[in-house]
Amino acid sequence: MPINDQPVTLNGAMIAVRDLRKAIGDEQILRGVDLDVAVGETLVIIGRSGGGKSVLLKHLIGLMQPDAGEIWVSGKNIIGMSERQLTNIRQKVGILFQSGALFDSMTVEENIAFPLREAGMHDVRAMRARVNEVLEVVELQGENAKMPESLSGGMRKRVGLARAIIRQPSCVLYDEPTSGLDPVVSDSINHLIRRLQERFQMTSVVVTHDMKSAMQVGDRIAYLHEGRIYFDGTPAELQQCDDPIIQDFLLGRSEAAPHQDRAG
Amino acid sequence: MIARFFIAIGAPLVAFVRYLGEVVLLAGDTFRSVFTRRLRWRLFLEQIVEIGLLSQLVVIVTGGFTGAVFAAQTYFQFNKIGMGSATGAVVSVAICRELAPVLSALMVSGRVGAAMSAEIGTMKVTEQIDALRALAVYPIDYLVVPRALAMMISMPLLVAECIGFGIIASYLVAIVLLDINGTYYVANMVRWTLLRDLIMGVSKAFVFGLLIVFICCHKGLTTREGAVGVGRATTEAVVVSSLAVLISNFFLTMALNIVYPAGYQ
Repeated sequence: MPINDQPVTLNGAMIAVRDLRKAIGDEQILRGVDLDVAVGETLVIIGRSGGGKSVLLKHLIGLMQPDAGEIWVSGKNIIGMSERQLTNIRQKVGILFQSGALFDSMTVEENIAFPLREAGMHDVRAMRARVNEVLEVVELQGENAKMPESLSGGMRKRVGLARAIIRQPSCVLYDEPTSGLDPVVSDSINHLIRRLQERFQMTSVVVTHDMKSAMQVGDRIAYLHEGRIYFDGTPAELQQCDDPIIQDFLLGRSEAAPHQDRAG
Repeated sequence: MIARFFIAIGAPLVAFVRYLGEVVLLAGDTFRSVFTRRLRWRLFLEQIVEIGLLSQLVVIVTGGFTGAVFAAQTYFQFNKIGMGSATGAVVSVAICRELAPVLSALMVSGRVGAAMSAEIGTMKVTEQIDALRALAVYPIDYLVVPRALAMMISMPLLVAECIGFGIIASYLVAIVLLDINGTYYVANMVRWTLLRDLIMGVSKAFVFGLLIVFICCHKGLTTREGAVGVGRATTEAVVVSSLAVLISNFFLTMALNIVYPAGYQ
């Protein structure tokens, strides 16, 4: 079916990716990715580190331009759009960066209020109320005046998340939301992602290599392997899949492992 | 053999032309934004403080000591042929037309340009620029426009200040240390220094300000590879903008001399 010729939202997809290819330097990172994200669902993209998951995520919001392929976000093909045209799309899609990417010269409150101020909001009191509201969602009440420098990794990610959701986007992209965090904080972030999805019906795309997190938050899981989507299904289907490549990833086995077993 | 020769010559040439193109596109984008987008007044005023207000001491010291030493050197030579009182005229014309704009620009590129590329470069490598884009803010509107406008306003004023302090310092040196007759000194200076000399200096300042701001912001925006990359971008920003000031100064002098010819007429 020529999906490319019609708005993809007709199929109920918030985001649709078609044959996306991207090389960085001499390395072919994405070799033809096809992916659909339905409205309101949480899709988790898993895969090995350095496998192009973050690159794929950055394409979804136009932060990187592909070599070939199409990306449809809420019915519009964003490939070839100028930075200014992308602004409209970006108001609908929030992103949580791996590092949080907080503005280090601003306080927590200024960081979170930034999208509101840029959208032309001047009422300081209303702005503060909104900031406090999202700080409560991410469980960081009362941290308004802190500088990003004095926050822990988990807190930075939560502030980054608060900043991404303050304009109530219809879709949020998460780049490794739990990497580098201890299991307890990871768990609270996972709950947070689920809660946002349930409370605001946000479409979410989560990139991670943390299997526990993937199982916990995902309605659907896609496994990115060698630049293509190798598997796409529910968490239950993933666990039942007996494909050796999937099994290696799920069990955390390196390619060298079977040989070592034999030697032993 | 010949092919390799042309590749060796061609690659840097292409890189240079591409670089020039990028800087010009950045400038074009910035000016388009200045005229079509709303200005972020708070950022603009912050940059006026950073670029204009806080650069004053550096520029005053530069102007003052250059004026002083130039007055002394001129006097040592001119006094031998009995023209000591012409020192004021030589010093003030030279400061207005060449010394103040060039030296101030070099100091500003070291002080402000380096900070610009380091700050924007750090934002680039820590994904803060991507965060701006993701939050639907065009980085050029947010980062480059306030800096460019502040530079366009500050640089001419800083150079005017540099000229003023250069002349005051030269006067003090001439009168106090060199025993030149103050009346003749000032009379000669006023007679030979024309409004067009001042206009030339201030016009140069404006152009240098633009060169510095676009070269340094471009270096910041194209920074890669972490802390080392930020260091490299900062060094390159200062070196390239200083060279651009010195090289463009020659062509500006030749061009502006047609509009504002030197000398008493």
